[in-house]
Amino acid sequence: MREKHFGLGLFSLLVFIFLLGPLLIISVTSFEPGTVLKFPPEGFSLRWYENIFKTGGFIRTFQISIIVSLLGNLLALILGIPAAYALSRYDFKGKSLLNAIFLSPVLIPGIVLGFTLMKYLIVVYQLPMYLGLLIGHTIIMLPFIIRVIASSLSSFDFAVEEAALSLGAGRVRTFFQVVLPNIRSGILAAVLIAFLESFNNVDISVFMTGPGVSTLPIQMLTYVENYFDPTIAAISVLLMVLTGLLMFFIERIMGGLTYFTKR
Amino acid sequence: MKKSAVYWLLLPGFVFLAAFMVIPIVLTIGSTFVQENAFTLDGYLHFFKDPYFLKILLTTLQVSVVTTLVCVVLGFPTAYYISRKAPRRKGILLALAIFPLLTSPVVRSFSWMIILGRKGLINNALVGLGLIDQPLDILYTPAAMMIGLTHLFLPLMIISLVGVLENIDQDLLKAAQSLGASRFTAFRRVVFPLAVPGLVIGAVLVFVGSLTAYTTPALLGGKQRVIATFLYQNAMTLNDWYLASVIAAIMIAITFIVVGVMNRMAKTLNPKG
Repeated sequence: MREKHFGLGLFSLLVFIFLLGPLLIISVTSFEPGTVLKFPPEGFSLRWYENIFKTGGFIRTFQISIIVSLLGNLLALILGIPAAYALSRYDFKGKSLLNAIFLSPVLIPGIVLGFTLMKYLIVVYQLPMYLGLLIGHTIIMLPFIIRVIASSLSSFDFAVEEAALSLGAGRVRTFFQVVLPNIRSGILAAVLIAFLESFNNVDISVFMTGPGVSTLPIQMLTYVENYFDPTIAAISVLLMVLTGLLMFFIERIMGGLTYFTKR
Repeated sequence: MKKSAVYWLLLPGFVFLAAFMVIPIVLTIGSTFVQENAFTLDGYLHFFKDPYFLKILLTTLQVSVVTTLVCVVLGFPTAYYISRKAPRRKGILLALAIFPLLTSPVVRSFSWMIILGRKGLINNALVGLGLIDQPLDILYTPAAMMIGLTHLFLPLMIISLVGVLENIDQDLLKAAQSLGASRFTAFRRVVFPLAVPGLVIGAVLVFVGSLTAYTTPALLGGKQRVIATFLYQNAMTLNDWYLASVIAAIMIAITFIVVGVMNRMAKTLNPKG
């Protein structure tokens, strides 16, 4: 059997080189000592890593990105957990429609959502830019929060909840002391997946920049349009390390990366 | 629990999405049909008559179709290979496929600027080998967009396909072969039909993703516009919000049509009915 798979294996290897090669190349070029991005680099230097901290507002926008992603995540959890619970626990009139509405932010093209948010939240509703950015990020995180938590609830045995209720625990107490602890890992995974989705977002944030307000991806985009030095490569390496760490946690929490193949 | 209580659980999220997403989008689409207080289709008629707009739409569709096809051709064998591996190996390969998916699209598009640029990796190699005298213009062309988008969305195709392929019972293949089917026939008649639902989901994700992508065309397309970058340009640089709204409505319409048609296709093609 083995030799018959040789062609397939070679093909897959080439596909993986295509997928990962560019990320490897960007990592190597981040150590370039000169001012122009080259592959292969002409030496080894960490000056562009130092440059991240010195120029371009990368640190400030990184902080904004983190705050927006974390606050938006919290907001999406507050809105999403009750919704996920209702949608996976009960049957009721209009369920499929409500389900469709809650998952619809993934279906609306991001750039369209960004434009309409800018047009209405900032211009019509007159909300401050920070708030618009936060609301936009909450909207795009909601479907991920709801989907991951609902799938975690679908494997929860609701007989346990019934038992707690019949023993006299109130509805609210049962939810917080019985249901929630049981889907803890699902919630954590939802938070991490939604965080990456928000942290990497360009389509919404690109419409929500103003004086003093911008996210890291937008700052990088603006920088690339003006400079072609290895600073962005250095930031890319740091971001990939962050992604790798978060993926490791998602894998540990969920006992595999099956969420991604069963969407 | 009282029946109405369920709705209270859904209310906060519903109000949030209605106020900040549904109403703005409905009003944006609605605004395209009104000019000077009268109903009009002028925005759309103008769009579909203007050769410059049509060319942008056509380029976007071409880039998306090619990207989707390339993702199928590259993704299917790779997903099949991954799905045949033992769990531990499969987990590692899947993680390697998912990693780029979770990496910032800015980072991924930027990496292709290093590779495809006039002084990039490919041109340096080709000039160095004496194969060409002048560097090729690859960056800032539709081809660069296709390469970047394939790189962006191939993982989605692979994981959608692994999801269905790993559930196909190997005994089915063995049974087909023991009944005299060749390996190829067994694959075509047994594996492929069972993989169709995953293939359709993957194709929808890649096609709609490419059709509406902003970052990759913005970085790799140069002056070559696609509908997403055209929308942004009109909204933010030219301040033509009416045209931007028309483009937004067209993008939503195309997305919903594609998803609707593909859903129907997935239902009719699904061998399980």
